[in-house]
Parts: sequence; C-alpha cells; structure tokens
Amino acid sequence: MFCMPIVLMVTGTSPSPSASGPSTEGQPLQPPIPEESCSSSSSNKKAEPKVTISANCSTQQQVTGSTTASPATSAGKATTKFSETEVANRQQTPHHIVYKRMEKIIEKMQEESTGVPVRTVKGFLTKIPSVFTGSDLVSWISKNQDVEDQTEAIHLAHLLSSHGYIFPIEDHILTVKNDSTFYRFQTPYFWPSNSWDPENSDYAVYLCKRTMQNKTRLELVDYEAENLARLQKMFSRKWEFIFMQAEAQSKVDKKRDKLERKVLDSQERAFWDVHRPSPGCVNTTEMDIKKVCRMNRPRHGGLDIGGQAQKVPTTAELQQQIKSLKYKLDRHSIKISKVAELHMAYYDMYSEYDPFIAAPEPSNPWLSDSTDFWDQERTAKDIPARRVRRWGFSVEELLKDPVGREHFVKFLEKEFSAENLKFWEAVQELKRLPMSEVPKRAEEIWQEFLAPDATCLVNVDSHSYEQTRKNIQEGNPDRWSFDTALAHVYHLMKSDSYSRYIRSEMYKDFLSGAKKKVNFLSLPTKFRGR
Amino acid sequence: MELIKRESSNCAPTDSSTTTVTSNSGSNARSVNNVNSNSGNGSGRICVMSADLSLKIDTPAESIEALAKEAEALKAKLEEERQKLNDVALSTVAQRLDNVGQLNIKVRRVLKGHQGKVLCVDWSQDKRHVVSSSQDGKVIIWDAFTTNKEHAIAMPTTWVMACSYGPSGTVIACGGLDNKVTVYPLSLEDDATQRKKPVGTHTSYTACCTFLPYSDYQILSGSGDSTCALWDVESGSRLQSFHGHTGDVMSLDLAPQENGNTFVSAGCDRKALIWDMRTGQCVQTFDGHESDINTVKFHPSGDAIATGSDDATCRLYDLRADREIAVYSKESIIFAVNTVDFSHSGRLLFAGYSDYTVNVWDSLKCHRISILYGHDNRVSCLKISPDGTAFCTASWDSTLRVWA
Repeated sequence: MFCMPIVLMVTGTSPSPSASGPSTEGQPLQPPIPEESCSSSSSNKKAEPKVTISANCSTQQQVTGSTTASPATSAGKATTKFSETEVANRQQTPHHIVYKRMEKIIEKMQEESTGVPVRTVKGFLTKIPSVFTGSDLVSWISKNQDVEDQTEAIHLAHLLSSHGYIFPIEDHILTVKNDSTFYRFQTPYFWPSNSWDPENSDYAVYLCKRTMQNKTRLELVDYEAENLARLQKMFSRKWEFIFMQAEAQSKVDKKRDKLERKVLDSQERAFWDVHRPSPGCVNTTEMDIKKVCRMNRPRHGGLDIGGQAQKVPTTAELQQQIKSLKYKLDRHSIKISKVAELHMAYYDMYSEYDPFIAAPEPSNPWLSDSTDFWDQERTAKDIPARRVRRWGFSVEELLKDPVGREHFVKFLEKEFSAENLKFWEAVQELKRLPMSEVPKRAEEIWQEFLAPDATCLVNVDSHSYEQTRKNIQEGNPDRWSFDTALAHVYHLMKSDSYSRYIRSEMYKDFLSGAKKKVNFLSLPTKFRGR
Repeated sequence: MELIKRESSNCAPTDSSTTTVTSNSGSNARSVNNVNSNSGNGSGRICVMSADLSLKIDTPAESIEALAKEAEALKAKLEEERQKLNDVALSTVAQRLDNVGQLNIKVRRVLKGHQGKVLCVDWSQDKRHVVSSSQDGKVIIWDAFTTNKEHAIAMPTTWVMACSYGPSGTVIACGGLDNKVTVYPLSLEDDATQRKKPVGTHTSYTACCTFLPYSDYQILSGSGDSTCALWDVESGSRLQSFHGHTGDVMSLDLAPQENGNTFVSAGCDRKALIWDMRTGQCVQTFDGHESDINTVKFHPSGDAIATGSDDATCRLYDLRADREIAVYSKESIIFAVNTVDFSHSGRLLFAGYSDYTVNVWDSLKCHRISILYGHDNRVSCLKISPDGTAFCTASWDSTLRVWA
C-alpha cells in the first residue's frame, strides 16, 4: 500500500513533498500515530494525496515553463518520466530491499499494544504530541529483535533514524540516544521508499516557507541559511514562484490545529534531514555508484535476473544449458558430511597459524608496535618449529616458504634429483613473465629440461612429452605450454621426492633444531581457545 | 539456510572411508542415468538440430520445446543428485568443535587522508603497505604500520572503484568509472602520473582488478560490462576474455593455490562462476543468493568460496560438493554485505556491511562471533593482510582502519 506515491509520480509531473502531501493525511497524524500503518485508513489515504498533488502540479508546470535553462529543472523533468519498468526497477535497488526490511520493523514498533509506547507529554505550558523516549525505543528493540546486546540495539535504532523512519523532535542530527530524549515516527508518506529524490526547487520552497514562520523553533540553522542563500542564487529567475508557493503552503499550514502542525513541521523537517542532511551526517539515500551505473543502463532494464530473460531462450542457449547441466551431472561431487570433515581438518591443521586464533610469536606487530614478527620471518635464522612443521603439510606449503624450498633443494641435490624442482620453478617463472618474453623463455626451458640434448633432463611420460613438444615446436608457445609435463613432474616430486624428504633425517633434524632454538614456553595449543 | 534445512538426512554421517565408497557408486549410477535420460529424450534428434544450428537455420518450435523439456529433466535430475549429497548441515558436523571464544579485535590504526568515500583497498606483499582508492579520484599508498602516506596519485576521473598492489610492491593498478585498468609504477623520484601505463579498457566501469600472484605483468579485471579479462601489462593486450555472466561483475578472486589456474567472479546475476584462466571457460557455477552478489572470496584452502550479497547474507559454496554448504545470516542483519574475507585458517569470516559494521562469523559453526563497530558509514572493502595478522577496512566515511 505504501508504493502509492510512486505510482503518482508516473502521472504527475513533479510531486512536491513539501507541498500539502501529508496535510491531507492530517487525520492519521493525530497522536495515535500507529494507526497510520493500519490498513483501515489506507483507502482514504490513497485517494486524497492524489488530488493535492495534481493541484500542485499546475503551479509546478508554470514554474518549469518559465525557466527552462535551470539545470535543476531539467534534471527534475528527467526524474519525473517514470515508466512502469523504472518503478519496478526502483523496487529492485539495494536500498529498497533495506527499506522494506526496516519498514517491517517500524510497523511492528507501531503496533498499538505491543509496540513502542507513544504518548503526548504535557509540560507546564506546552504539550508535546505523539513522542516516545530513546530508552523506550532501545529496550523495545532489545526485547523484540534478535540483537545481541544493547549496543546493537542502539546501532539499529540509529540506522532506522538515519534513514528517516524515526527522528529526534528537537534535532537535525538523525540518531538515537538511549536516554529520555523524545523521538517521533515518520509518516509513511515521507518514508524513503515512498519518496523520490526531491528536487532543489522543493527544498527552496521548504526553506523559504520556514523563514515565513516567525517562531524560534523553526528558525533556520546556519547550514540551512547557507543552503537557502545558495538556492536563491541558483533559482534567481524563478524565485518569485518559489516564494509564492512557499507563501501558499505557509497559509495552509497556519489553518491547521496547533498540535497537528507541530507534528507535521517536525516530520517535514526530518524528511529534509534525510535528503539534505546537515553537515557531518551520512546521506543514507546515496547509492553505490556501480548500482547506479547498472540502473541507468537501458539494456538491463533492472530485470535481467530470472523472469523475463529466461522465458524465451534460443536453441543455442538451451543447448548450452543442457551441455552445462550434463557436465554438472557428470561431475564427481562429494557429500556435505565429507566436505564438513575436510573443512574441520583444514582448520585443525591451520588454526595455530591463524593470528586471529592463536597469537603469533613473538607478538602481533599491530598490537605490540614491534616488527619482530616480520623481522624474524625475513631472516633464515631461528626459525620457529611451527613454521618448519608446516612444511610437512603438503609440498605446496614447503615450496611456499623460501627457507623450506632452499632446504628441499639441498636435500634434492644430495639425492641428485633437483632437476624436477628446477623445472617446476622455471615454469612458474615463465607464467609470470610479460607476454613478449614468453616464447623465448619457453624455448629455453624446452632446451634445458626436455629437448633430447637437454642439460638438465626431466623425466616425463611419452604422452606429456609429445604434447609439450607440439606446444613448443608447432604451436605458439604460451605460458601454459608446459602444463601437462609440469603436472607429471609435479606429481612425481610430490609422491616421491617430497615424501622421502619429509621422512628424511635431514628434515627431522631441522625440525628438532628449530624447536631447540625457540623458547617455547607456551604451546600454541594453549591459544586455541583464546 | 533453506536448502540445508531441507536435508532429508537419508544418510547419517559415516566414517570417511564408507562415505567415499558411497559417493563413488553414486556417481557411477548417475552417469548411467544420464545415458538413459539422453536416449529417452531422443538424443538423435538433438544431434541433427545442433547441425542445423551451425548453419543458422531457424529451428522449429517443437525442437525448442524438446530441448526445454530435456533441460528441465536434467535440472530436476541435478537437483535430486544434489539433494542426495546434502546429507547433513555443516553446522551440525561442526558442533563438536570448541567455540572460538572471545575475540579481542580492535581498531589498531586509522588512516585518514581521503576526501571522499574509500572504495577499495589492497595490501602489499610486505604486509604493512596498503593502497586505497577513492571516490574523489585519488589513489593513496600508505605505510599502514606508521599510518604515513607515501604516495598520492590523482586519477583523471573520479570514482576509482578498484585498486591492486603489484606483487613486487613497486607498481599498483587501478580503474573505475573510466572503464580502464591503468598501471602506475611507484617511485620516489618523479610523479607517478607521468609514467602511467594504460593496460586495458572495458565497455563499462572496472569493478575490480587484481595482479596475478608473483607477477607484475598480468592483471585480471572484472567489469560492469559483465565480463572479466586477463591483460598483459607490457603490451596492453587482452590475453583472455571471460564471458558467461549475465549481469555486472562486482568482484573476483584468484584461487590461492600456487599452481592454480582458476579464479572466481560474481556479480549482479546472483551467480558465482569459477573460470579456467587458460581456456576462458567457466568450469563451475554457484547460485542461491536472492539479490546482487557484491563480493566473492576463496577459502584459504582453495576448495570453497564465500560470497556476500545485497540480500544481507553471506554464503559458503564448496567446490568439491558443488553446492552451497552454509548461509550466514541473522534476522537483525538487514543491510547488504559489501565485502568478505577469511582469516588464515578459514574459520573466521569477516564481512563488511552497509550498516557500518564488520561482523565476524564462525564459518564452520555458522553463527556470528562478534560485531565490530568503528566506521561511520558503509564498509566498502575488507582485506586480510598477507600474513593474516590484521585486516584493513575501507569505508564511505573516507577513512581506512586496520583491525587486529
């Protein structure tokens, strides 16, 4: 039911939120504000604003007719041309997803008996209609939402406020404090999901109107006065019309009941605090530029997912789909129970290497302001045992650590089988080169490791050899020319040399040597439950 | 959660050996079924049709229907197979793990200097420098440890959405609304802008870019034009294009394995695709999100990916199970996830939200461990440092923060 104003935008030219939009809804604004969200009052609400806005349109058109040069006006024109798809488009924006979720919470808050207690506070000479305190709000959220603690509740309240659903009655800063400050609900008419990006001319009318109401509480604050001055310059040619509009609105306002006006004024102010926030406040209506780019692109039309696009697939698309489905069916997938075990095994293995789980030694540089941890990593001396232990996890881990790789090379040299690792390193290096150097280097690698008269021959099976020979000598050698041969060599290295290395005295000595050097007062497992 | 909750639990968790056996036999049975379904739908006709297609002759509606029918049958079959593999929820298995306990993560550094929203951040391999890019068109290189600014590069256009540190630490790449990928060498002597090197151009904004590991000469980028591309920095040529997304690409991440030739990308088509860099082919697809995916990240094991979306959830997809295995969400979390990253053990998933917070999830037990407050506007980017000792967040509040 609240998407109504958007529909209006399709028909009307430029709806002015500061016009008498909410005034026609006067009734529901009376103290028991919660009623407003009840469906009972929706029918008359739907009808009434339509009238006022169309009435308002005529003045607006006059204005735009007289000054065509103004950039704000032309921008305004563009925004008013809402097509059906654009309306649907709006519903899809990331903002709308959030707005809908917030509104669900707000609606719950406004429920008569279970919501936040709204009351009219009577002072010595004054009456403050339909307000609630910050602490009431925070405790309601704590009780009714699945928030962890009061901090989260206050944060959620703050977000609801900065999006304009709740606002402090005395302040331009849209936030919520957990105290006896008074807050009020925004009328759905002014909800961000229902409103459009209001134009500068609307803002000018609003500010102008404020200057006409000679009440201290309505006085413009500094930044508003500055904005007004700027707008006056910008709209100098049509200022007369803006002034007239403001005057007309002000007259309507004056006829209203005093309490009703208090509420209305504050709601209107809060609306502008959302769309033209005071300096230092977050403008919550700003969108991610990527999403804006996407929305503005005609080909997407906002509905590129699911629905329409899939309704009329071509044969080619279908065949592609069938192919990929068959491929998926043939894929060997494993059960979640197994996958879960693998994930937990991974965690068990690596938890002591995760600085967020186990404190690094000697200390985390970001906490201690000491770079010892990094310095130690750089030097090859005093290598902690837990680093050496890691080499035993997999050949990848071993090769990742420069010290480990060096040690592995020593082991291989002793065994006269270093050529596999050299080949692997050469191919890894090849992959990192700029394209221009790749063919030459590929040829060199071929000559060094695979050619019949290679200086450092690696053993590969005949299939891989033939494949690689073709890649190098017949095709255009690229960074992946050696992949088949590499896979073969890597497998050999992993299953043969590496497993022998891990079982070797050389590795075991290194591991125990490392242990001795490091002062291991605290076992890493101690930190696991940190 | 939906999918996981629907588990029929037709099979209690068994010890690993039996599981392997059953899943093996399962896959055999599947391939047999596959053959059946083919012959059932008349694969002969389809062969003829594919020949037609290559000649671009318009095909009769009937065969489209047949194809659609086959696709539907295959989809149902796939869903059935997937359901069989969905024997237990990850969080159920993870129950036996100890809780991670109280994390004492705090802001340790605040980097101030940008004039607009910070949109992207990346760590240098030296573990202490970061590069950040901003809405105001500036790219700043920081020593995050001392919080000093070391370089500031003014880009010709505003909205620099992507930046990446070269593995050597001497170059950076960036791009954004200019649709380009540009490399700037860093040196103290002269102005970096004079030595800039245009590398690639997309037909829409550059949403993300990253250097290939250990190489300053290759960059992978993702764009609003729904493609990803691999660029040769030196020649500025496109080595490979990756077509397959049907919406803007928002994020990509390289597989962490050193031998890996794969990467993952995700975007507004709500899908995450795994690509083979050599062939340019998509090898695996994951879906399930209800809105745009804003971020994707490999699990440090390289066997799973995590995604974050406008639907306010993060999800974990396992490549071996070929499906979603966890959803990280909470009723009180209503804002979009803009960025995710893992701690080095993969246990903690850090997620930056539009509600200004960072939530820390237990990726195995699937519950939230803590909320981190600090930023005053959306958290746009979060990256763990190369040694896992800290993570850095970039925010629309124009600051960067290092947490540890």
